[in-house]
This record gives sequence, C-alpha cells and structure tokens, in this order.
Amino acid sequence: MSVLVYVEHAEGNFKKSALEIVSYSKAIADQLKTNLIALAIGNVSDENLTALGKYGAEKVLNVSDKKLDNFVNEAYSFVIADTAKQEAANVIVLSNTFSGKGLAPRLAVKLKADFVSGAIELPDIQNEKFVVKKTTFSGKAFAYVELLSSIKLITLTINSYQLIESAVSSKIVKISPEFRDSDFRATVKQVVRSNDKTPLPEAELVVSGGRGLKGPENWHLIEDLADALGAATACSKPVSDADWRPHEEHVGQTGISISPNLYIAIGISGAIQHLAGVSSSKTIVVINKDPEAPFFKAADYGIVGDAFEVVPKLIESIKEFKAQK
Amino acid sequence: MKVLVCVSNVPDTTTKVTFTNDNMEFNTAGVQFIINPYDEIALARAIELTEGGKGTVTIVNVGKADTEPTIRKALAIGADDAVRIDATPSDAYFVSYNIAEYARDKNFDLILTGRESIDYNGAQVAAMVGEFLDIPSFSIIKKVEFDGSIATVDREVEGGKEIINVSTPFVAGCAEGVAAARIPNMRGIMSARTKRLEVIAALESGQSTRIIKYEVPPQRSTVKIIPADEVGKLVELLHSEAKVI
Ligand SMILES: Cc1cc2nc3c(=O)[nH]c(=O)nc-3n(C[C@H](O)[C@H](O)[C@H](O)COP(=O)(O)OP(=O)(O)OC[C@H]3O[C@@H](n4cnc5c(N)ncnc54)[C@H](O)[C@@H]3O)c2cc1C
Ligand SMILES: Nc1ncnc2c1ncn2[C@@H]1O[C@H](COP(=O)(O)O)[C@@H](O)[C@H]1O
Repeated sequence: MSVLVYVEHAEGNFKKSALEIVSYSKAIADQLKTNLIALAIGNVSDENLTALGKYGAEKVLNVSDKKLDNFVNEAYSFVIADTAKQEAANVIVLSNTFSGKGLAPRLAVKLKADFVSGAIELPDIQNEKFVVKKTTFSGKAFAYVELLSSIKLITLTINSYQLIESAVSSKIVKISPEFRDSDFRATVKQVVRSNDKTPLPEAELVVSGGRGLKGPENWHLIEDLADALGAATACSKPVSDADWRPHEEHVGQTGISISPNLYIAIGISGAIQHLAGVSSSKTIVVINKDPEAPFFKAADYGIVGDAFEVVPKLIESIKEFKAQK
Repeated sequence: MKVLVCVSNVPDTTTKVTFTNDNMEFNTAGVQFIINPYDEIALARAIELTEGGKGTVTIVNVGKADTEPTIRKALAIGADDAVRIDATPSDAYFVSYNIAEYARDKNFDLILTGRESIDYNGAQVAAMVGEFLDIPSFSIIKKVEFDGSIATVDREVEGGKEIINVSTPFVAGCAEGVAAARIPNMRGIMSARTKRLEVIAALESGQSTRIIKYEVPPQRSTVKIIPADEVGKLVELLHSEAKVI
C-alpha cells in the first residue's frame, strides 16, 4: 500500500499546484497510515526534488529520459501506471490541470481504478468507504462520489487545498522504466508559451471584464488593475466572442472554470452561465453601474458605479496599499 | 474520412439545478435538455471536415430513449447517422468503454468529443476512449486540421499551447476555437427524421463509481456594498476581512 502523487513542473520548478497535491496526498497517506511517494517526470534538480519532502513526500521518484522531454500523454500515463504498479499504490493523485486531464482518464483505464476528477476536498475515508466531493453542474452543485475499486484515482482542483508543511526527510530514487514505441505516435512540433505572467486557471487573484467595458480599447483598466494586484485577467463570453479578448480568457459554463481567492468582476451582469465558471471563487467583488445586476447577489463586496470612474481610483488605492506594505 | 462524434444530453445552461429523492437524484422536472455545448463544437468541426462528399459523420450517445431529441438535433445539424447505446450513462468509465467497444471495428479516422460535459464535468471520456482503443488522445484541443491522414492539433497546456502532429486515428476533446457551433436549417430538420438512428445494447464495463449524494452550494452571505467614492475601504476590507490581498 502507498499513496502516489504525480507532480508537474515547469522547466524543473514545481508550481504551487504541485505542492498543493503533495500536501493533499500526504493527508490521505496519513489517514491510511501509509507512505507518500511522489513521481516527477523530466529534468528536475535534486534540490527541487528533495524539497518535496517539506510537504510530506518520503520517497521522490524521478524519470528523466530524452524521450520524455515533451509531454506525450500516452507515454507519460504509461510511466505513471507502471510506477503505481511497482509501488503498489492504492491511491493516486494528480492535479486537475490540462495535463492532469489528459493523463488521469488513461490511468484510470490502465489501472482499472475508480476515478474522480476535480475533487475539492480531502476524501472522506470511513468504515471502508472512500467518498470524494467534486463540483458538478458547472459549479451549480457538488457531488459526493464513492469509489469502490481497490485502486482509487483523484485529480484535485487547483487552489482547493492549502500547502501544509510536514517535514520528512525524503529519499530521491532515479528510475528508468521501459517504454513502448507505440506510445510515441504524437509528436510535439512547437510549444507556444502565452506571455501571461500567471496562467488563468492557476491564478489566485483574477480581474475580469464584461461588455460593460464597451470595447477592447478600454481593457487597459482591467490590465492595470490586474498588474497592480499581481492578478491574471479574464472576461465574459460576449467579450471573447467579439474578439475583444482571446478565447482562453473566457470564463463560465462554456469557458474555463476557476476558483481563485479573489475574483473581481467589472461590467459583467452575472448571467447564470457566467457564474457557473466563477462561483467557487473564495471572495467575489462586483463593480457594476446597475444596482439590480444579478451578480451582486452572488458577490461578497460590491461597488455600484461607473467602471470608468471607479476602476482608476481602485488602481490608485491598490498601488498605495502595496507601497505601504 | 469517417468521423465519430460523441454527444451527451445535458440540462440547458440556464437550468436551476435542484435534487430529489433525498438529494440523491437530479430533478429533471421542467428541465430542458440540449446537446452539450462543446459537443456542438465537435459536431460542427466534423461536418466541416467531411462536407461535400469528403466523408461521413456518425453520432454516438450513451443514453436511454429520452435522449433521442438531442440525437435528432445532431442529425438535423448535419450528421449522417447515429447510434444510441441503450443505457443510463452511470459514469465516464462505463460511457467510454461502450463507445470504444462500439468504435473498435468500425475504422473511424477521428473520434471527437467535447472537452467536458457541463453536467458531470468529468473531462474524462476523450482520454478514456483513447486508452480503451490504444490510440492517442488529446483532452482539450483548440484546433484540428488535416493534411491527408496527418493532423495538426493545437492542444491546451499550462501557460500556452502545443502544436502537435499525429496520424489518424485519434481522439480529441473539442473546446472553443475548434469551430463555430451550427444551428439546424429547415432542410436539416426535415431530413433528420429519416436518417438512421440505430439502438444497440450496452455492455457491462465491470466497474463504476457511484454518486451517493448531491449538495447545492451555500448561499453567499449578503453582499457588502461599498460607496463608489470610498474604494479605499474595499482595499482595506479585502486585506483585513477577506484576507485575499
Ligand atoms: C449556452 C450558453 C452558454 C454561455 N456560456 C457563457 C460563459 O461560459 N461565460 C459567460 O460569461 N457567458 C456565457 N453565456 C452568455 C451569458 O448568458 C451572458 O450573455 C453573458 O455572460 C453576458 O456577458 P456580460 O455580463 O459581459 O454582458 P452583459 O450582460 O451585456 O452585461 C454588461 C454589464 O455591464 C454593466 N455596465 C455597463 N456599463 C457599465 C459601466 N460603465 N460601468 C460598470 N458597469 C457597466 C451593465 O449594467 C451590465 O450588467 C452563455 C450563454 C449561453 C446561451
Ligand atoms: N452519455 C454520453 N454519450 C456520448 N458521449 C458522451 C456521453 N457523456 C459524455 N460524452 C462525451 O464525452 C465528453 C466529455 O464528457 P465528460 O467526460 O463526462 O466530461 C462530452 O463532451 C461528450 O462528447
């Protein structure tokens, strides 16, 4: 028995979402009174690998092979499944990131594991039962899913678990699994990095604009506020449909779902389909000139006013606040 | 090119979600069902790729007879024929297993799904079907183009995208950007009535998760309105009360 956590990294550095799932997996391992093993694929320094011990990984496995320089779903899931078998893992945890979404369903099939994607809390493990809470109906409800098979697989929603330090000394083990050639049928031709500082799904703070901003020429308001806060930017669907903003920024039922600590919605009415993607944000601020805008009912803080007047003042105020700190 | 499009039948996006039977079942009373919005994108792309005699589009749905209006709508939009695998779609593993077993000997060049269903939000079916069939899968794509049997796929990854070359067959989950959803025209609606909709029995997948309970999120406490000329107060509250900055 063991808990296996697959940690993603960007050029050898672990992101916060990776440390989140190590903390989360450690809590599961403790409940099951078993060991936590972390697996990283690709080139990561020993120093960074060892640092996973800070969050509870007793053993850190690392596979580094030229063949795996680019992310190939089939080959990566093969390596993770193989490792899970070697380590007799009965709980396997991944992040519910884009790559996690690609890998985990394949793992579920390979390992015949019952699988919950997008968990938002620790599993409830009692009387031989293993129940995981996840968001369903695009944020309009939660479901408690019972996993029955002996191997359980979970992907954790980003920003839904705290980093918890539980220093253990960790042992690094380099492994070199065998590959199947047939797992390299897709070849990555080009990797295009968007120049955003913080990718939207991982951002802890998000500033979002809607049709109330009137046009793309006014987006400096959103961007300046985001810069002042160190936040990512998002938008409503009509805004990306009109090409004022790129589609990857569109949040909501048909866009991406986010759960940042702070979501600031400016000139967005709060349609049910928009709320579906943002309602699990911890704190919501709404700035809208219409006091009847439905978004106020879903907000924690509201300012009724014209964005073109309120936002510049808010930017100043944030800058002052940051300067004082 | 032979394309299979997986279509799921989901509650309309404006649905107010409630539950019955002690919060164990979704309350479908008065709920309008639609084609999952991402599946509409997948379908639109499949039609673009096969239009003008370049191929065929088959719809597959795992569902009971009540999903047939949704399947007919997909046929009206332009699919050539459809298959309904007759079962309640209990979870993604079961759905994917059945889709894969159906597709196994049919030589589809391309299998398209939506990136996720807006009811269960699993984002699982594309990759599971890929694994069952042992072919490549791309869970969230923003573009798919063909040059003969070689495709170029734009896959969404953390902090950007990857441009990938892959030969058929493969599975891809479609997101916005892949195509613009289409609406059926009169001719489509008329012809959909006579298009083939085959119903086949489902297979046991041997494993399944179980939803034991649903819960509606708690209401947010009432909003604190801050006067528009006191934005400094908002900053203060975000710091000291909400503790988010
Ligand atoms: C199937 C389907 C799926 C959908 N999916 C999504 C989705 O994923 N995401 C999404 O966002 N939408 C989605 N929608 C669209 C959704 O229903 C709304 O139409 C959309 O969210 C509205 O965008 P908005 O709030 O920016 O614009 P509007 O509804 O036009 O609201 C603009 C708001 O700005 C305010 N305003 C105007 N001027 C100012 C000013 N000067 N200062 C301050 N406030 C001002 C107005 O009072 C108003 O409340 C979907 C719709 C359908 C049918
Ligand atoms: N019951 C179903 N029948 C056919 N296709 C489905 C079904 N459920 C899900 N899908 C497909 O799988 C995609 C992802 O669904 P999910 O994994 O449930 O989020 C959907 O967009 C559909 O294309």
